[in-house]
Amino acid sequence: MARAVTTRHKTIATAAAWIVALLIFFPILYTIITSFKSEQEAIQGFSLFPSGTLESYAEVQSQYNYFRPFLNSVILSVGSTVLALVVAIPAAWAMAFSPTRRTKDILMWMLSTKMMPAVAVLFPIYLIFRDFGLLDSRIGMTIMLMLINLPIVVWMLYTYFREIPGEILEAARMDGASLWNEIVYVLTPMAIPGIASTLLLNIILAWNEAFWTIRLTTTNAAPLTAFISSFSSPQGLFWAKLSAASTLAIAPILIMGWFSQKQLVRGLTFGAVK
Amino acid sequence: MATKQTGTLARFMMAPSVILLFVWMIVPLAFTLWFSFLQYNPLNPVRDGFVGFSNYALFFKNPAFLAAILHTLVIVLAVLAITIVGGILLALLLDQPMWGQGFVRILVISPFFVMPPVAALVWKNMLMHPGYGVFADIARFFGLQPIDWFAQYPLFSVILIVAWQWLPFATLILLTSLQSLDGEQMEAAEMDGAGFLSRFWYLTLPHLSRAMTVVVLIQTIFLLSVYAEILVTTNGGPGYASTNLPFLVYQKALLEYKIGQASAGGIIAVILANIVAFFVMRAVGKNLDK
Repeated sequence: MARAVTTRHKTIATAAAWIVALLIFFPILYTIITSFKSEQEAIQGFSLFPSGTLESYAEVQSQYNYFRPFLNSVILSVGSTVLALVVAIPAAWAMAFSPTRRTKDILMWMLSTKMMPAVAVLFPIYLIFRDFGLLDSRIGMTIMLMLINLPIVVWMLYTYFREIPGEILEAARMDGASLWNEIVYVLTPMAIPGIASTLLLNIILAWNEAFWTIRLTTTNAAPLTAFISSFSSPQGLFWAKLSAASTLAIAPILIMGWFSQKQLVRGLTFGAVK
Repeated sequence: MATKQTGTLARFMMAPSVILLFVWMIVPLAFTLWFSFLQYNPLNPVRDGFVGFSNYALFFKNPAFLAAILHTLVIVLAVLAITIVGGILLALLLDQPMWGQGFVRILVISPFFVMPPVAALVWKNMLMHPGYGVFADIARFFGLQPIDWFAQYPLFSVILIVAWQWLPFATLILLTSLQSLDGEQMEAAEMDGAGFLSRFWYLTLPHLSRAMTVVVLIQTIFLLSVYAEILVTTNGGPGYASTNLPFLVYQKALLEYKIGQASAGGIIAVILANIVAFFVMRAVGKNLDK
């Protein structure tokens, strides 16, 4: 772009963008600020300057045993995503490298399963979970989250794999590479970035899933989504504690998200927008 | 390319995913369909039995049902409108040359990574609380009476929270698409004397259509089943003022134990989602083939 940019134009754009961005970010910022206030401070009207106390964090841990839901969130989101990758990689691979006439239909059908309202199958799933002893179990929730995100995982991997040129395989084969060598030295290095992006994005999605995790867990397997929801009926002063718990719940995924924003667009639009 | 052998192998590789998804979709749905024709109350099984379509009739007669359908559609349409219009404006702004663009992008995208219950509780307590929220502080600063958002405007409040969560997503996708717009074409149009509005209307907007379609598709999937945001803020109330279809079905099933009626509601939700999906998928299919 050769268009000359005046400093004035740039200054105005910068100011406007920063103001809008700070407004959008404000609820998160204010939560982080409030988490460093005491309960008394938190309700004393608007203030951006906390006293810096850590008592809310200490209390969230001691009063609610914060570490357990945190650990559950990690186990469920990572476990379900890895499991989904194991199932989805061969499928996406096959669709990308030996597509048939029906490949597109299968992909569309997979996406359409995401359209099914979860609530429609709430009770049957509840019964199945109960009868198999999976209610409030980490194994049950891992399987559940795996199934929920499987269509997206297949789709994302498919769009990445599709971009690996098929000719490169033929070239390797001509050079006498065995199937094993082909997989280890040619395909894996080219597939890893796509798999990594898929992993990252689906951990985020699984971490934030807030229907099944709330309905099918109580304490044992309850991740942060369920834990935070228990704050919906407050007892006494809880603004600072809510803020501390919220900050802890979103911080890891927020940081992961910042690193994955480029892949996010590609991944969630199934390669349609790059 | 696909020989017979690789074709078999390919089918073998796809099988686990396809079978898992098929079972996961069909088995519970079959149960729901079956339950929807039963009188079924786990707490009071005396009158349980086959009742035909009367669950559907009951559901349709329930005034909450029509309200829930309406609220479901209002949430989807309102949030789509806010995020698409707001997203385009924001993307146009962020596309301008500026200092600290990377950091601004990080700030704008952040709400998307906030889990729904946290987003809803933060808005409910930190911002919209009539006593201690920031909005109330602002109102008092101007000498106004603070508004009790969730009591007076429950549906609007839910829409506001959900829109805040999805605006970043729309913005990011539209911005990405905007950045692939041909700069030279723009410049040529500018030299030919096309004003900002006509350049926007004839060049930018058509270029963004694909991205907009994708935004509509993805958001519709998630917006049809807004749940946690309602659960932790209004709990569907006051009355049914902020109950959508997923929330109504949840209430019937797990709070009232009217499994038959809840299942009928679930089936209706599936039909509704399919109608919406049909139109959305058709539009997306058309747009993605280009």
